[in-house]
Amino acid sequence: MSKSSLKQTLKDLDTKKISIRELNQDYLKRIKENENLNVFIHFSEENVLKQIDNLEKDNSAKKLKGIPIAIKDLFCTKSMPTTAASKILENFNPTYESFVTQKLLDEGSIFVGKTNLDEFAMGSATNTSFFGNTINPLSQENEPLAPGGSSGGSAAAVAADLCLGATGTDTGGSIRQPASFCGVVGIKPTYGLCSRWGIAAFASSLDQAGIFSHNVEDASILLQSIAGFDQRDSTSAKVDIPNYFEDLDDDLNGKTVGIPKEYSIDGTPMEISQIWEDAIKVLEKKGVKIKNISLPHTKYALPTYYIIAPAEASSNLARYDGVKYGFRSDEIDSLDEMYENTRAQGFGREVKRRILIGTYVLSAGYYDAYYLKAQKVRKLIADDFNKAFKECDFIVTPTAPSAAFPLNEKQNDPIKMYLNDVFTVPASLAGLPGISIPFGKDQNNLPLGIQILGKHFDEQQVFNAAVSLERSYE
Amino acid sequence: MKIDKNTINKIARLSRIKLDDKESEDYIKDLNSILDWVEQLNEVNTENVEPLSNISSSILPKREDVSKDTNSSEEILENAPDKLEGFFVVPKVVE
Repeated sequence: MSKSSLKQTLKDLDTKKISIRELNQDYLKRIKENENLNVFIHFSEENVLKQIDNLEKDNSAKKLKGIPIAIKDLFCTKSMPTTAASKILENFNPTYESFVTQKLLDEGSIFVGKTNLDEFAMGSATNTSFFGNTINPLSQENEPLAPGGSSGGSAAAVAADLCLGATGTDTGGSIRQPASFCGVVGIKPTYGLCSRWGIAAFASSLDQAGIFSHNVEDASILLQSIAGFDQRDSTSAKVDIPNYFEDLDDDLNGKTVGIPKEYSIDGTPMEISQIWEDAIKVLEKKGVKIKNISLPHTKYALPTYYIIAPAEASSNLARYDGVKYGFRSDEIDSLDEMYENTRAQGFGREVKRRILIGTYVLSAGYYDAYYLKAQKVRKLIADDFNKAFKECDFIVTPTAPSAAFPLNEKQNDPIKMYLNDVFTVPASLAGLPGISIPFGKDQNNLPLGIQILGKHFDEQQVFNAAVSLERSYE
Repeated sequence: MKIDKNTINKIARLSRIKLDDKESEDYIKDLNSILDWVEQLNEVNTENVEPLSNISSSILPKREDVSKDTNSSEEILENAPDKLEGFFVVPKVVE
């Protein structure tokens, strides 16, 4: 299967080598052939054809005109329902468009469908969705693998070539880890770069939108399209957005890469240590100075995250009460009964678990011991990075502690599942931009990922390092 | 054990989530193991450390203080499970 890049497709459309209709027919065909992967929660061929019709009548020049894009079903879209993969939003039809999807529509892209995810983005395997598991397109027959999560549907959509790019959200690794599992590129930008307006909230001090694509160049084109200030998200940053694609520069000569010693973790498979070493060697050859750095509080990132994220989730998800939108239980003898039954029947097991733990750590008598403590440790984790970035331009680590694992493995042990995010969570807590690119394979020929982290709003450096590593690997 | 039957009932009540007995037992087990695991944060000395609640390094811009008419009650009610004459309908709350 030869996958065309977004960059090449834009050229082909421009030179009329292919029409918008032909291009999208091709993608529609593949989407229908791959229904068994359960990539989409919502897909309507009719809707795609309507978008093609409209674009054919539109004579204006648009940057992404006719480009098929998949949207994580956490972004509100007017033209398609939005479920967050939860029963509680099963019948929700937003009357407004999220900031990010509006930007993509303004650029003329075509939405092929809404992709599957872990319910409310809570999970690392896309196996907590009310609409069933997504299967990793790289699975062998009879041995289905998880696509990672929470944005597993979007990562799988790109990996199976069902679109030229996809949106995702990343709270603790939900873009980078599935990108690694599916062998695609995934970038989580700096906290605040993309407005979250119209994205169902999970943990507001961490949530950030981002992009999946076939390669780094495509990611740089798409990220530029969705970034930007928006006054409807109070954490949205008013910063100049560079032309990431135009400014891509794979010459890293004279730069310094930080290698954090704390990311060598007991039990990490040899293959993962190996690709990490390989990446460092490649960089060294390119004239990059290798600097061993220390991020001493790394081991506390996961427990910190699993206090802060559920705490914020318990507050954000209070809005799903059966009153204003979404599912309402039939058993409604009193107002409280209505709330309690609606939420009991509307939320899945993992979501309830996180609401309960979040409620506990915020409750009277426990707030200081858990939530406040976690916020203090978070400060130390962020300070570690600030110190490290005084000595280096970017940081390179593995993305995940394993390749894609079999579907439903680790299901019964929440902590084991949480450990998937061990390399991605620290940067999330510090609000830093991070990208995962495919780099090497394990013994079963499954892709592994390398993560590159940068300073706040230094996406350009992250892209430059990523494109340099990618080009050396091809 | 930090979470017992009473505690889980209290949290479930605060969260407005009804749990059956089987679920309560499962969550008691899950929550205790998660809380035991996060205990390791107590190893970290956080004396004189300011809690971090906003990670953003950008300065939050101010907007102009002008009123905007965004009366969209019809749109807002479009997804309501139950509505009547421009209002949300819920079970009776006063006797």
